Amino acid sequence: MLEYISIIITAIFVNNIVFSQFLGICPFIGVSRKISSAVGMGAAVTFVMALATTVTWMLQYGVLDPLGIGYMQTIVFILVIAALVQMLEIVIKKINPSLYSALGVFLPLITTNCAVLGVAIIVIQKNMALLESVVYAVSTALGFTLALVVFAGIREQLVLADLPKSMRGVPIALICAGLLAMAFMGFSGIKI
Amino acid sequence: MKYLDIIYKGVVTDNPTFVLLLGMCPTLGTTGSAITGMSMGLATMGVLICSNVVISAIKKFVPAGVRIPAYIVVIAGFVTVLQMLMKAYLPALDAMLGIFIPLIVVNCILLGRAEAFAGKNNVLASLCDGVGIGLGFTIALTLLGSVREILGTGKIFGATVYPEQYGSLVFVLAPGAFIALGFMIALFNNIRRRC
Amino acid sequence: MNKNSMLSMVCSLGIITVLTGLILGVVNYYTKDAIADAALQTKIDALADILPEFDNNPLEQRNFAVVNGDTLIVYAATKEGEPVGVAVESPAHDGFSGDISLMFGFNAEGAVSGFKVLAHSETPGLGAKMEDWFRDSVASRSVIGRNIGAADFSVTKDGGEIDGITAATITSRAFLGALRRAAEAYRKYVSETKESK
Repeated sequence: MLEYISIIITAIFVNNIVFSQFLGICPFIGVSRKISSAVGMGAAVTFVMALATTVTWMLQYGVLDPLGIGYMQTIVFILVIAALVQMLEIVIKKINPSLYSALGVFLPLITTNCAVLGVAIIVIQKNMALLESVVYAVSTALGFTLALVVFAGIREQLVLADLPKSMRGVPIALICAGLLAMAFMGFSGIKI
Repeated sequence: MKYLDIIYKGVVTDNPTFVLLLGMCPTLGTTGSAITGMSMGLATMGVLICSNVVISAIKKFVPAGVRIPAYIVVIAGFVTVLQMLMKAYLPALDAMLGIFIPLIVVNCILLGRAEAFAGKNNVLASLCDGVGIGLGFTIALTLLGSVREILGTGKIFGATVYPEQYGSLVFVLAPGAFIALGFMIALFNNIRRRC
Repeated sequence: MNKNSMLSMVCSLGIITVLTGLILGVVNYYTKDAIADAALQTKIDALADILPEFDNNPLEQRNFAVVNGDTLIVYAATKEGEPVGVAVESPAHDGFSGDISLMFGFNAEGAVSGFKVLAHSETPGLGAKMEDWFRDSVASRSVIGRNIGAADFSVTKDGGEIDGITAATITSRAFLGALRRAAEAYRKYVSETKESK
């Protein structure tokens, strides 16, 4: 039990996927203008990441390794993620239209979110077991959501700030992200 | 002349890092030093040129409905080839860039260029676009890597400029990546507005 | 959507995927030996770096020693049949940010002849300095040349005789802990080979 708690705390705070691993930066910059859309994106990423990691883990150990075609990893994983996202879009649209209107716009963006493919590859590289992998994927996604929501809160205020023209928009947002990353560095070295 | 224009556009007016803001993950993650930034830029450029050429060559045979998956397969194929070649012949560099090599697949620059340029233009123009955008990306990564290395450790490409203890370590660490990139984009905006 | 276009879609995507797979298979066939060689070469280079001169292939003289429940890999080096030293792969699981993969070399007298950091993710500029720090010309920092029989491999803060890296005590403790385990593995290996003789 303790090891799972350790994985969760590490993935959310200590090795935050955005601030210390530099994955998922594109949506982090792109979909962080409003808190509401940040929450939506976070939820969609959490869902896809958990599902994608489970499926790719099974494929790696059930298909790729036994056949000795480990080098097909990148192609297979990205295709699986793309297909999953597509399927998810169709399913959510059918089953729950209100959820679709909330998450739908973010789904196509997730295929090229490198955090999803990144986590799928990391759990294989670290030789994690299936349950560990899923826990890791979910908590990484939660860390992503946390980063996104905190950052969106800051950006909502930034719009009101009087800044030099060249600094407006992305530049000042990146500098704020740097300060946030500095704050998250305070978590590093924590052991459970 | 038309082809030179395409290259110029890729490097300056459509610079993937400073203008289009694409491919942020490797931009921040691999620019701890000038040499890693440049290697990442060159690796991405290699894949981009190959995928642009192949995609513009096969675009007529790919039905519209499976365009995106087909492009992804082509890109992923080249990334895997690059991965194998690097593991075999440049293992030290491969270890340094780590997971960012397979993640070239999800670099928005590649799919973005495939969709916006290679899928609509002929092979030679797509080649030039790959060279231009790839060069723009490499220059941006090398610049950012140099700035971070020089501010952080007082070195550039490993050569000492000033003693290390006067450097500000934070620029090599994660926060410095965001801050340095923020200021560089602001600088680029400023220069572009004046021109 | 008519059947024909559906069919052509599936076919074209299938053809592209199969073609890519074939190309990858071919590239893999030609690079897999080079990849395996490259991985071995880093170990061979590390061994040559940290051990006294030897003329055998230590990678073939692999032994295992269990220390504190961890299995460490011990490589024995010989020259003209005489043992000249031993290298021990000893990972540290208590680094500042994750595992540190280390290899230590000992000469026949039991003194540390060298070490190599094979992989780590310590903070650049702080913990990452271990590769240079522990072989520094400042005597109280260096572990090189210290005999495992006499030396106390822990940081001065903990009552040992090695100066830890400034502002990176966790990394220093992890490094020296790995060295202590490597020394233990060396002792075990030596006593076992004596018994078998």
